[in-house]
Amino acid sequence: MPNGLDLAWPNEGVTRVPYQLYTRDDVYAAERARVFLGATWNYLCLEAELPKPNDWRATFVGDVPIIVARDGDGTISAFENRCAHRGALICHKQSGNAARLSCVYHGWTYDLKGNLTAVTFQRGINGKGGMPADFKLADHKRRALRIGIYAGLVFGTFSDATPSLETFLGPEITARLTRVLPRNKTIEILGYSSQMLPSNWKLYAENVKDPYHASLLHLFFTTFRLNRLSAEGGIIIDDAGANHVSYSKAATDRGSADYDKADLRVKSDRFQLNDPSIIQGRDEFGDGITLQILALFPCFISQQIQNSLCVRQLVPRGRTETELLWTYYGFTDDDAELRELRLKQANLVGPGGYISMEDGAVGGFVQRGIAGAGRDSEVVEMGGREWRSQETRATESPLRGFWKTYREHMQL
Amino acid sequence: MDEIATHFAVERLLARYVACIDDDRLEEWPAFFAERCRYQIISSENYEKKLPIGVFIATSQGMLKDRVAALREANIYEAQRYRHLVSSILILDNDKGIVRAQSNYHVVRIMQDGATALFSTGRYLDRINLNGAAPVFEEKIVVCDSRRIDTLLAIPL
Repeated sequence: MPNGLDLAWPNEGVTRVPYQLYTRDDVYAAERARVFLGATWNYLCLEAELPKPNDWRATFVGDVPIIVARDGDGTISAFENRCAHRGALICHKQSGNAARLSCVYHGWTYDLKGNLTAVTFQRGINGKGGMPADFKLADHKRRALRIGIYAGLVFGTFSDATPSLETFLGPEITARLTRVLPRNKTIEILGYSSQMLPSNWKLYAENVKDPYHASLLHLFFTTFRLNRLSAEGGIIIDDAGANHVSYSKAATDRGSADYDKADLRVKSDRFQLNDPSIIQGRDEFGDGITLQILALFPCFISQQIQNSLCVRQLVPRGRTETELLWTYYGFTDDDAELRELRLKQANLVGPGGYISMEDGAVGGFVQRGIAGAGRDSEVVEMGGREWRSQETRATESPLRGFWKTYREHMQL
Repeated sequence: MDEIATHFAVERLLARYVACIDDDRLEEWPAFFAERCRYQIISSENYEKKLPIGVFIATSQGMLKDRVAALREANIYEAQRYRHLVSSILILDNDKGIVRAQSNYHVVRIMQDGATALFSTGRYLDRINLNGAAPVFEEKIVVCDSRRIDTLLAIPL
């Protein structure tokens, strides 16, 4: 096999996805090399999380530990969080402010660009011991990532072959990103959450790319007409297929006979909220869009649900476990009422959210379901066999785009 | 109310509160709170950094009722139960029957297949009104020690 994996993609192409991709150790290892350390842009943090010179944060690219930092001169750098000496984490805390970072194991010290600046007892003690005379600090710079910043989002890539960040995002995606991260606003972090998903990372990546499930699995939405597929909305997929936006306008939902025929678990309109303040949002971007989910290959998601704004980062923690990191944000000029809306509408999302809690479990249902599936594949044909933009959300088109991109990176 | 009676009233309220959840009598859960109340589940990380958003918030008894209705009618999650263990309590303040109390909790989650695991540990930071016919929480902040939630949080803590 040219890809080095004993795995042939089904002849049907992206409408079939082999279950082995979620279960095999060699696939997981190949993803680390070809996707995460390959020619992809990986979300590292928000620029707002590094407000001051010498601020640094620990983050991940795939499962590879990374330090991202704002240098004394204000530029943002990122490099592997792995000491050149014995491989220990240089930083074991989550964040801090320092001009130099020292590994706790033997005190080897780095600047915020990943240069090794000092080795403890390099010349030995009292003329004895120490590193060989030809040891050069400059030979041990940490492997750095190229940084791309767009709309306050910091991304990094290990590969020289990755196109520029703006090229990767494309005009339609950048327009949707700046919609929820406007240039004239300053981000304020409102909270963090972490959700441990009992499944392979791609099962969550797929879930986000799948507008078809939204109003079927998440019936809180459907019941309160926040997001039914009969509302006006659509799917935008970039030319490469890697990135997509799904959006809808709740106010345009006039219902559909197809809904009434579908065998949903609850009859809509049956139950009413005691306290409807949670769903009384404000049209803060002035376009009537009440839901926008934007996903960038491989592991970044931006979410607007009413006035709940969030970025999510997927961190693989092994073949069958994934950490989903939620960062909730608002803007420094939010008035008190808008801030209260963001606070209440955060109930819709996150690990305990009315319309997101199921996503934490459903990937696990697949992971458990595919035990013994052998060489079987998923069927991804809703909305056709293409991966183009569509004016309906009754489609799996973005999913096919994800798999097209995945196959290119993985040479599958 | 003297110190011992106050202590006893708070302890009994907490015992009844966790028994209600563990016995899956969630419909009775909102009545442990005042009509205007504040209930929040938040990680200690966010709480200590004064970041306002946590896992769930209710600012009225109605929002608590909505949570129960959603769990019963709309949300999908595997059948599971909790077993709470609450520590002895600290009374931090008592201002004419409005008591601030703190306790620690452990919650073990038992899944339908029998898988049993420590799900959450943390503190209850409570403001309790002892002046009514029955004591009620005016505020209950559940400060989780960990930011991580395994799979999902459906049932309240």
